[in-house]
Amino acid sequence: MLAALLIVFREVLEAGLIVGVVLAATEGVARRGRWIAAGVGGGVLGACLVAVFAQQLSDTFAGSGQSVFNAAILGAAVLMLSWHVLWMSRHAREMVRDMRSLGGRLARGEATLFAMATVVAVAVLREGSEVVLFLYGVAASGGTNPGGMLAGAGLGLAAGAAVSFVIYRGLLAIPTGRLFAVTNGLVALLAAGMAGQAAVFLVQAGLVPSLGDQLWDTSRLLPDDHLLGRALHALVGYSDRPMGIQLAAYLTILALLLGLGRFLGAAPRPAGASADLA
Amino acid sequence: MRLAAMIFGFSIAALPALASEPVTVTLTLKNHQFSPAAFNVPAGANVHIVLVNRDAATEEFDSHDLRIEQVVTPMGKISFDIGPLQPGEYSFMGEFHAATAQGKVTALPAGH
Repeated sequence: MLAALLIVFREVLEAGLIVGVVLAATEGVARRGRWIAAGVGGGVLGACLVAVFAQQLSDTFAGSGQSVFNAAILGAAVLMLSWHVLWMSRHAREMVRDMRSLGGRLARGEATLFAMATVVAVAVLREGSEVVLFLYGVAASGGTNPGGMLAGAGLGLAAGAAVSFVIYRGLLAIPTGRLFAVTNGLVALLAAGMAGQAAVFLVQAGLVPSLGDQLWDTSRLLPDDHLLGRALHALVGYSDRPMGIQLAAYLTILALLLGLGRFLGAAPRPAGASADLA
Repeated sequence: MRLAAMIFGFSIAALPALASEPVTVTLTLKNHQFSPAAFNVPAGANVHIVLVNRDAATEEFDSHDLRIEQVVTPMGKISFDIGPLQPGEYSFMGEFHAATAQGKVTALPAGH
């Protein structure tokens, strides 16, 4: 049971962290609960589909379908996260003002909910499909004590959900005036990290060169298979032995988002536009 | 123009490396053990791994040294690329049965 708990928790930790950040980044936006729940639900459904068709998926692209699929959905998530960062760079000021005057409820911001629900769905799908396959494998092999394994898996899931909640509440401790600036930075790092991961999957699929297999090795200092390293891996894209192309993808996305975000945030907006949109 | 020439030159230089046949290694999982559990590959070469699962359980090929996490279904088969590796030892395991599913790949420098 403990083994199952640890395996499932390791898998859901990453998704849990991402959901927590998304919740904080969409704090106060009307109807976000429904959107995020739909994202989780869609992700679970997708995870089951991926698990059922896992072998067919692996067989595509000359056996490296799994890597290509992971790269593709990570790419989609990067696009959605980028959209959120750029939208927020443009509108953060009005959102902070609204939040103060409307008692925390926001009339705007729904534009990014679809994007963020997609990100949640991708995160849940990726980690969830492995959990589904693991549990299916346990059931299929008729291993010892399937009841205990299932209980362990349930606890592992609950622990993952608890991580979401802790991250979310922790981020809400940030003063309203700075909340969106912080979450926007976090979301940009999330996007950069996922772009780096997508690049690694493309290398594993044999589609792009690694441009250096290990740029450096900090696995002794902060291994990314231990809890803190794993959490940093999920949140800011930390890697103890990054590939060249991984770092290139990471820095490219980060520079693009920070640069474009700054440009959009500083760009003059039409007079009265914010009032009209409210 | 000079940039175009540089990129062109770089592409030509990179061609032989890309065109060289990758080394293929087939691993089999049975009773939650890898076979072979240890193998050598030439350092600096692209290595194509084919993993065949002959167990009724799902396994996740997991290697922090190689930065790979790949799920293989019961009786399933997957493949993926590793490398080009620096000389050295790289361990891997089956995350769902880590007690028995352990292995390592050694990248040997040219001339060995």
